[in-house]
Amino acid sequence: MQIRITLNGRKITEDVSPDLLLLDWVRAHGCYSVKRGCETSNCGLCTVFMEDKPVLSCSVLAVRADGKRIETLEGLRKEAEEFGAFIAGQGAEQCGFCNPGMIMNAIALFRENPEPSEEEIKEYLAGNLCRCSGYEGQLRGIQAFLAYKKGGGIQ
Amino acid sequence: MLRIKEYVKAESLAQAYELNQKRANRIIGGMLWMKMGTVNVHTAIDLSGLGLDGSEERKDEFVIGCMATLRQLETDERLAVLGSGILKESVKNIVGVQFRNLATVGGSLAGRFGFSDVLTAFLALDTEVELYKAGRIPLAKFAAEGAGSDILVRVFVKKDDRRCVYLSHRNTKTDFPVLTVALSSARSGIRVAAGARPQRAILVPADECLNKADAADIFEGRADKEALQAYAAQLAAKVPTGSNMRASAAYRSHLAEVLIRRGLTALNEQAAKERGKKDAD
Ligand SMILES: Cc1cc2nc3c(=O)[nH]c(=O)nc-3n(C[C@H](O)[C@H](O)[C@H](O)COP(=O)(O)OP(=O)(O)OC[C@H]3O[C@@H](n4cnc5c(N)ncnc54)[C@H](O)[C@@H]3O)c2cc1C
Ligand code: FES
Ligand code: FES
Repeated sequence: MQIRITLNGRKITEDVSPDLLLLDWVRAHGCYSVKRGCETSNCGLCTVFMEDKPVLSCSVLAVRADGKRIETLEGLRKEAEEFGAFIAGQGAEQCGFCNPGMIMNAIALFRENPEPSEEEIKEYLAGNLCRCSGYEGQLRGIQAFLAYKKGGGIQ
Repeated sequence: MLRIKEYVKAESLAQAYELNQKRANRIIGGMLWMKMGTVNVHTAIDLSGLGLDGSEERKDEFVIGCMATLRQLETDERLAVLGSGILKESVKNIVGVQFRNLATVGGSLAGRFGFSDVLTAFLALDTEVELYKAGRIPLAKFAAEGAGSDILVRVFVKKDDRRCVYLSHRNTKTDFPVLTVALSSARSGIRVAAGARPQRAILVPADECLNKADAADIFEGRADKEALQAYAAQLAAKVPTGSNMRASAAYRSHLAEVLIRRGLTALNEQAAKERGKKDAD
């Protein structure tokens, strides 16, 4: 089937099989930040934006993304780097495998709700699993980033 | 693994229905549940081009399209008037935001999953579903009978005066629930739905337990603690439970009583608070 997807601003037209998953499609196009961490739609590692909404790319058919805009971490470098520094600053990353998915979903949260409470942060990021950290460092990093943003971007 | 030979974005419900008569063909909602199994699908039928992904407010009811996502139940502020915001409350523990941006209302009800928070919550509201061939039927009837090869097109929820409370117990956050309970209190009476028993959600035959005066007391916020406790025990006794890897039947029955008591207490308190406000005005 022929599909046309705008991936990180680039229009791509391609013939794909009906059961190809969006996850495998974006990886085939060099977006290696998007990873498969489970087989049960549970881990959030495969998060991409489809028409600005965070979705699990492991659970979307590529044909269903036809005509849509898809963004991955590769396309959000500036935003991701700015925020990622705060996560690193807390030493929150251990193996770092969960990081790209968590950053994507955190960016989605900030766009939807620029001043989330602690409870709102936890609720929004509940679908991003981390095997190593226990989430405390990530939460501190997010709060430090939000404080920095609130202060007009001055540390 | 999910294998799909062909994919058709349906151009009409008639076409989708026609395709769905073949056993090897399947409607795909959010595809999340479908993807969990080893399934060989000949033709995947996609309803996403039929304008069924929104909700509409009418004078006396809401109409929710089968392709609306669980996330929409949370973020569509108009829906918050239904049963004290029960829909939002019921879906917020389901996996995560990225998941709920995909999972559909249609797939969640059509699946008639035992563990379903969604089915439990809609049962506590005055809900009907529209099937393409069979037409509009009450949700409780649909939950018992299923869609067969029909298509669940829309969900209708009546606007009324009911207050609702939704409660679930989970062993860990975002896991499948061990027990779900949804209660509503309206002038017309009390309604209690219980799911993840672990079998599919049912409406508890509340009328058999409560004498009419007691239900009115809760609606007006005048029930006392002992009465609430007694009701909860009676209602919980009507919830059949079973055992699975998550919990035993005995534990679920205990939970049922606790959650129903908390639910009734919350409904009573909510009503008392509103009454207090009215008296003060
Ligand atoms: C890992 C995981 C965890 C979950 N945890 C929970 C939880 O805690 N609580 C909870 O309530 N739910 C939970 N669910 C279920 C989830 O919320 C959805 O209800 C489920 O995925 C079905 O929705 P879907 O849109 O993905 O449907 P699909 O998987 O696409 O479809 C499910 C079934 O319904 C059929 N179908 C779909 N749409 C229609 C239609 N319009 N008419 C007729 N038939 C149709 C399909 O053919 C299929 O047989 C979980 C699911 C997964 C995969
Ligand atoms: S790979 Fe785990 S949720 Fe997509
Ligand atoms: S740091 Fe290892 S999974 Fe999160």
